Amino acid sequence: MSMKTSTRQVNGVTIVDCSGRITLGEGSVTLKDVVRDLLSKGQKKILLNLGDVNYIDSSGIGEMVSAFTTVRNQGGELKLLNLTKKVHDLLQITKLYTVFDVKDDEAGAIKSFN
Amino acid sequence: MHSVRANYRLRWASRFPAMASPSPSAGALDSGDSRVRERTHKIFAMTEQRVSYTLDSTLETVDSAEQAASRIASEAGFDEDEVMRIAMAVREAAVNAVLHGNAYDPGKKVSLAFERTVRDLVITIRDQGKGLDMEKIPDPLAPENLLKTSGRGIFLIRSFMDEVHIHPSQTGTEIKLVKHVHGPSEDVKEASQ
Repeated sequence: MSMKTSTRQVNGVTIVDCSGRITLGEGSVTLKDVVRDLLSKGQKKILLNLGDVNYIDSSGIGEMVSAFTTVRNQGGELKLLNLTKKVHDLLQITKLYTVFDVKDDEAGAIKSFN
Repeated sequence: MHSVRANYRLRWASRFPAMASPSPSAGALDSGDSRVRERTHKIFAMTEQRVSYTLDSTLETVDSAEQAASRIASEAGFDEDEVMRIAMAVREAAVNAVLHGNAYDPGKKVSLAFERTVRDLVITIRDQGKGLDMEKIPDPLAPENLLKTSGRGIFLIRSFMDEVHIHPSQTGTEIKLVKHVHGPSEDVKEASQ
């Protein structure tokens, strides 16, 4: 039910593989903690792989926006990878699809950071 | 997560058999045509029924409301995408009730009711807070609000439901969500031919 994450490094980019739901409570807190932890280690190129996330509520959207602006304010970049249709549609209707840098190819996404 | 379990008090106000397992009378189904029988069963399942819950002001309530909405919308015959939209609208309304309305106050409850009519699925969520100030709800699509971290709940509810009626008062806010059922009228027409 809640969200799980694991991180890996590829060419200086931290890929956060997320699965589950990003919703009020655990899911949003997990995302916040992961991003805060990465920034504290100086890892400011972050690619959120949302391929296994099929549900985000308004709190989850808020947390993603918060992560995006927090990383950007520290001189880094946070991009999204592999949106499911439901998450894609949600970002479309909230007009956030154009705010986030959304990628559908991991190799291309990694190159785009450099 | 809060450890306190949501306190369910299930009240049936059905004028018909239970919503979870409609059991129409044999007479209504006395037909040799299995297709007609199936349709008749579906139509019967869409007749007027109501169920209500009284819930604690906890995060568990939000999840429980969403799950109940998902189950009832599925039983009402909505497709997977519509079920997801209805459940999400209910979740967002429950979030508003628990967080912004009752502010997690253990002395305040959230009322949740589902009513199925032939034409609609109607969901009513009521809190015991100070009443939502509609003028303070920003337009989340305005450029200056796009990067705000909150304020999208009501917008998502309006996006996912056919009708949304919000009634704030000094004793709480009631939000009524309506989703039209499109299929049964055609079924009625076909089954009666």
